[in-house]
Amino acid sequence: MTDTDIKYLLPEIPELHKIEVYEKEGGYEALQKALAMKPDDIIEEVKKSNLRGRGGACFPAGLKWSFMPKNSERPKYLCVNADEGEPGTFKDREILEHNPHALIEGTLIASYAMGVTTAYVYIRGEYVKWMKLLEDAIEEAYAKNYIGKNIAGSKYSVDIYVHRGAGAYICGEESSLMNSLEGERGYPRVKPPFPAQFGLWGCPTTINNVETLANVPVIIKNGAEWYLKIGVEKHPGTLLYGVSGHVNNPGVFELPTGVLLTDLIYKYAGGIRDDKKLKAVIPGGSSTPILRGDSIEGVRMDADSLIEAGSSIGTGGVIVMDEDTDIPKILERISRFYHHESCGQCTPCREGTGWMEKIIRRINRGEGTMKDIDVLRDVADNIEGNTICALGDAAAWPVQSAIRRFRGEFEAKIKMEKTVAA
Amino acid sequence: MLNETRREQLDKIIKRYPYKQAALLPALHLVQEQEGYITKEAMQYIADYLEIPYGHVLGVVTFYTMFYDKPMGRHHIQVCTNISCQLLGSETLVSHISKECGIKPGETSEDGTFTLSEVECLGSCGTAPMMQINDDYYENLTVENVEAILKSLK
Repeated sequence: MTDTDIKYLLPEIPELHKIEVYEKEGGYEALQKALAMKPDDIIEEVKKSNLRGRGGACFPAGLKWSFMPKNSERPKYLCVNADEGEPGTFKDREILEHNPHALIEGTLIASYAMGVTTAYVYIRGEYVKWMKLLEDAIEEAYAKNYIGKNIAGSKYSVDIYVHRGAGAYICGEESSLMNSLEGERGYPRVKPPFPAQFGLWGCPTTINNVETLANVPVIIKNGAEWYLKIGVEKHPGTLLYGVSGHVNNPGVFELPTGVLLTDLIYKYAGGIRDDKKLKAVIPGGSSTPILRGDSIEGVRMDADSLIEAGSSIGTGGVIVMDEDTDIPKILERISRFYHHESCGQCTPCREGTGWMEKIIRRINRGEGTMKDIDVLRDVADNIEGNTICALGDAAAWPVQSAIRRFRGEFEAKIKMEKTVAA
Repeated sequence: MLNETRREQLDKIIKRYPYKQAALLPALHLVQEQEGYITKEAMQYIADYLEIPYGHVLGVVTFYTMFYDKPMGRHHIQVCTNISCQLLGSETLVSHISKECGIKPGETSEDGTFTLSEVECLGSCGTAPMMQINDDYYENLTVENVEAILKSLK
């Protein structure tokens, strides 16, 4: 099934954010169905559906849930990751605004399946508007007894609370998110132990992205078989692709996985502004390796296809750059971001991100040397894989890929200055 | 320190967690909402209220960019300059706002009306360039509509 009309995350239904409308459209039926199922059967169904995390890592959601201990004496927790912060990503806020009950319903089903008694939605501090919208929706769901004691007439009780962050990109990393929620500095934790063993306050915890959980109700309602037919089988479902940058019609598009990157840019996002040529694309948020515009023919937007193309699906945040874009200048901005957001725990990341920014700035100012390009590459290679969390990799990939695919632009900046100086 | 309404709010929030310390970020948000920024006294108050060391509160306050240690302008203009906004001209916007308000990024105008900051991605890339003023997002900006927005605030 490559039906591009399937839209279950952001269907065009007016006022869907109101619980009455959501219920009228069949909302909370999946929860009723789930509550009549055995928790393990729900996890099995989600495993079978191949639902993969939408926060960037594509980890199988059902498998993650199955890591939670069964007969834990300690309370179990679910954290909903609404700390949307990867540059180029602006999809979760669409769910919070237009379909918050899908998130709530998914959270409830996940909580029931794992035996969670409290779920916390960790939302980025700047999303004040969306936090209030979500709080309103949660209040509606409490009033209708979908959340709280003995939900929907069952024996199961659960609470959902919203927790507001305070401006730190790193808190979107799951272990940092838990530390932040505990009232600590947002430092990532060393793994293992993994959150399912030692999470919030040392208790079993699962962290899922907003979009991941919002996928759960349709899987339970229609079954894994149905879900597997949407998009690519190894990475099924729809994705919320956010297209930004030099396109005529930027925005969030809900389409099946595996859609052509060229279709996304030219068909859905209306093509490049002012009829310019495409120079480069960052396909999944700022940390994913940059692709040359002349290399994206036939590239599909799913986990495996993008790895094959030399990048990553990440969060599905596609950043489009036209022929006039100054790649070293863009890279400087990206590197500045990761330098700013590095939490400072690991030396390679803390020092390396600063060095990378400094070297790229030097090249952009016309003060660079040819050796700088290799030093830059060397620093990136020594950050990658040598840090507690993925921020180090996220900082290294853009640098490595920009040098590999646009080396000429860096060299031109260096040579140009030498000519002027001579 | 916190007024009665906010203290009640905080008491309610504390009950959501098994440990009081988890209410630290919410408590700091409440203080800042009331006072505009976070003073040493406020940190001591929160430390006592949540029964945690002052040093811990200080450590947390300094980690997060949204907590301020000095008063901000009545209108805190935060322009996103990250990649999608950069591609669509956020640099021009920053220099324009800077000229209009007579302050550089990081500064507050003498009369306390405006503070200007350059910030990282605010999750509005599809409606870039954009800025946040206090709690509100302003999207799809141009030099013209920024001018109109600033005028309405003055």
